[in-house]
Amino acid sequence: MMMELVCPAGTPAALRAAVEAGAHTVYCGFADETNARNFPGLNFSREEMAEGIAYAKARGAKVLVAINTFPRAGAQALWHRAVADAKDAGAHAVILADPGLIAHAAETHPDLRLHLSVQAAAANPDAINLYAESFGIRRVVLPRVLTVEEITAINREIDIETEVFAFGGLCVMAEGRCSLSSWATGLSPNMNGVCSPASHVAYVEQDGQNEARLGGYLIHRTPKGAPAPYPTLCKGCFTAPATASGPAQTGHLFEDPVSLDATELIPRLQKAGVTALKIEGRQRSRAYVAQVVRAFRAAVEAAETGAPMPTGLLARLTEGQSATTGAYAKTWR
Amino acid sequence: MDLTIGPIAFFWPAAQLRDFYQMIAATHARRVVIGEWVCSKRLPFWQNEIPQAIECLTAAGKEVSLSTLALITLKRERRQAEELFASGVPVEIADLGVLKYLPEGAAFQVGPTVNVYNEGTLEWLARKGATRICLPPELPLASVTTLAQAGLAAGVAVEVWGHGRAPLAISGRCYHARLHERAKDNCQFVCGEDPDGRDVETLDGQSFLTVNGVQTLGHAHTTVALQMAELQAAGVASLRLSPHPGDFAAIVDLYDRALQGLTPGSETMTRLRELMPQASFADGFLDGQPGLREAG
Amino acid sequence: MPVPAASVIGFALSRLLRRIAAHKPAILGRLGAYQSARFLIDVIDGPALLLIEPQAQRITAWSRKRPLPPHDAAIRGQLAAFLAMLHGSEDGDALFFSGDLEIAGDTSAVLAFRNALDDAELDLTEELATLSRSPFDGWLRRAFALAESRTGYPLTRQEI
Repeated sequence: MMMELVCPAGTPAALRAAVEAGAHTVYCGFADETNARNFPGLNFSREEMAEGIAYAKARGAKVLVAINTFPRAGAQALWHRAVADAKDAGAHAVILADPGLIAHAAETHPDLRLHLSVQAAAANPDAINLYAESFGIRRVVLPRVLTVEEITAINREIDIETEVFAFGGLCVMAEGRCSLSSWATGLSPNMNGVCSPASHVAYVEQDGQNEARLGGYLIHRTPKGAPAPYPTLCKGCFTAPATASGPAQTGHLFEDPVSLDATELIPRLQKAGVTALKIEGRQRSRAYVAQVVRAFRAAVEAAETGAPMPTGLLARLTEGQSATTGAYAKTWR
Repeated sequence: MDLTIGPIAFFWPAAQLRDFYQMIAATHARRVVIGEWVCSKRLPFWQNEIPQAIECLTAAGKEVSLSTLALITLKRERRQAEELFASGVPVEIADLGVLKYLPEGAAFQVGPTVNVYNEGTLEWLARKGATRICLPPELPLASVTTLAQAGLAAGVAVEVWGHGRAPLAISGRCYHARLHERAKDNCQFVCGEDPDGRDVETLDGQSFLTVNGVQTLGHAHTTVALQMAELQAAGVASLRLSPHPGDFAAIVDLYDRALQGLTPGSETMTRLRELMPQASFADGFLDGQPGLREAG
Repeated sequence: MPVPAASVIGFALSRLLRRIAAHKPAILGRLGAYQSARFLIDVIDGPALLLIEPQAQRITAWSRKRPLPPHDAAIRGQLAAFLAMLHGSEDGDALFFSGDLEIAGDTSAVLAFRNALDDAELDLTEELATLSRSPFDGWLRRAFALAESRTGYPLTRQEI
């Protein structure tokens, strides 16, 4: 069976662009803190969600609603309502991360299909089976810390579907288990649905260089006019002063500002038993979505017939304009 | 409120560990969590110390539990988790997946790297048998309060990150090895040469983070020295103190005196600075501010 | 203060903005709290700076010789890059990463602005048709054609 292409949409226009470009499935979120791309100007009102789902359904595509932040203590009702509204809008499934919210959804909406968000960081068969057995989760989005070999091994030990990231921004930390953003800004992916939020970003020109600061902390410095990646904390340029273990080092100590492109690995991922390929980027424009989806639709169709994978189609769209296969290759670690 | 000593985050030689737990045995800490929660490759170097440490701490009247790893991906690591539950010593889970190995009806504790952000999750864990939960360090006081109350109702003691470098992230990639242009599989245990982690500064020289193998910690030491009254009022059961090199017994003693009301917060802060003259202190998380906000 | 010549351009553009706001009300909704933000657009190969105030539905042109007007966020780059972003034929993030567009000031406001415009699916060719006889029209049309041929960015909507 052809691998399912799960594509991002931050706006109704992007949803339509994704469906027209050949997405089998589109994922999106409500315009509030219930989803992990809670960015200014992004996401769907209740009405837009219902319209978007109807639009996709009419063209044979499915919509998944990401409600993948961790509900705030004392305010769980906001997240519970989001699950109910997604179901009423006709979502094919909801993508959840928080065990308490998943327990609520499984109990209150037994017919609603549940996917486990990458934010739940279920990185081994035990964790995945725990969610599957406790809540009837039907699909897990695997963390970006795993190699293809590990994904193969996981699929042998679980009997729910797996979805893996194929393209886009790369988390180097285990997703859903990272407080770097709130360390510097007070706002985190888990609590607020934002990482290195734009509200705390400042670009400043200093001595002929562009400085990007997050919460006042210098994340990187680039010559004027040079490519300037967004100051995501884990992709910043830092210095580790000399210690007992070695001399001082300056550079991208956590990850280079690259983005994930697993196109060449699609045949191996398919062989590893992966059901669906996910494209990151609900914060990107409809132009981006259309181009990436078109390229990946061609790639999964090529994989179906055993044809070679197309290469280098998307270089311009990637951060810092270089790509990596990330953790899928063991050498990344 | 009482004091819990968290598991050691860093890769210390066996002898240093032995001395550390002997020192802890003589403090007023109520309980101690032992175990390798960062990198499974380190464990063979010090696991023989564990039985001795348990014995020494139990003899001193401490409650002792064993922590699992925070990020489990390998078969060997899953087996280790299973063995922990089989040991009969109470287990603190640092990754949800290990609940698979929980013996039927057994109680367990939950460490700060498990995402407990709300009552729903706390109650689900309580139904599974959780009796104690150390909350993630990034939670603000309003959430801590709600969770401590939910914990009281559900029979779960709620613990808060009280002192030490907060665990901010864990990765499949080893940053210590990366600093030496080595892959994780060929790390040559270089993290062992930095017993308090390796500092990471911004390009303009501001202290920022600390790298500890696959784990990233805050550079500043998080402290609740100035927020203990609020935590007490919220119904928090315990403060977690995270080990670091130096006279840690003096740190434990300092928090113990503060808990007994013998030392006001400002004085605790002053003493902390005296005991750790190289360190900086942060307390933003509880106030919903950047975690690295300077304390005081 | 805007210079007199530029104010004519500003008047024409304000009319365009009001037109867009009238038949694409979702733009203002998406801007949310940033409706009241002031965006300074510095088209480096254009004749003047533009100050966009969405809430007031006003665009003002400013001579480069004058001090900068007060603003909350600024975007700077070649006309071609702006048009590509506005028209949605090129990804805003990609334009920022590549350095084609530079931003300063309130980054959140820029994001909201970009996302709101992206969702609006503006067809600049069509919108421009409503601007006929304005003094700005000729310049923009020429720049538009030039930008399209020079950059290869498609600036006319294509049905997929």
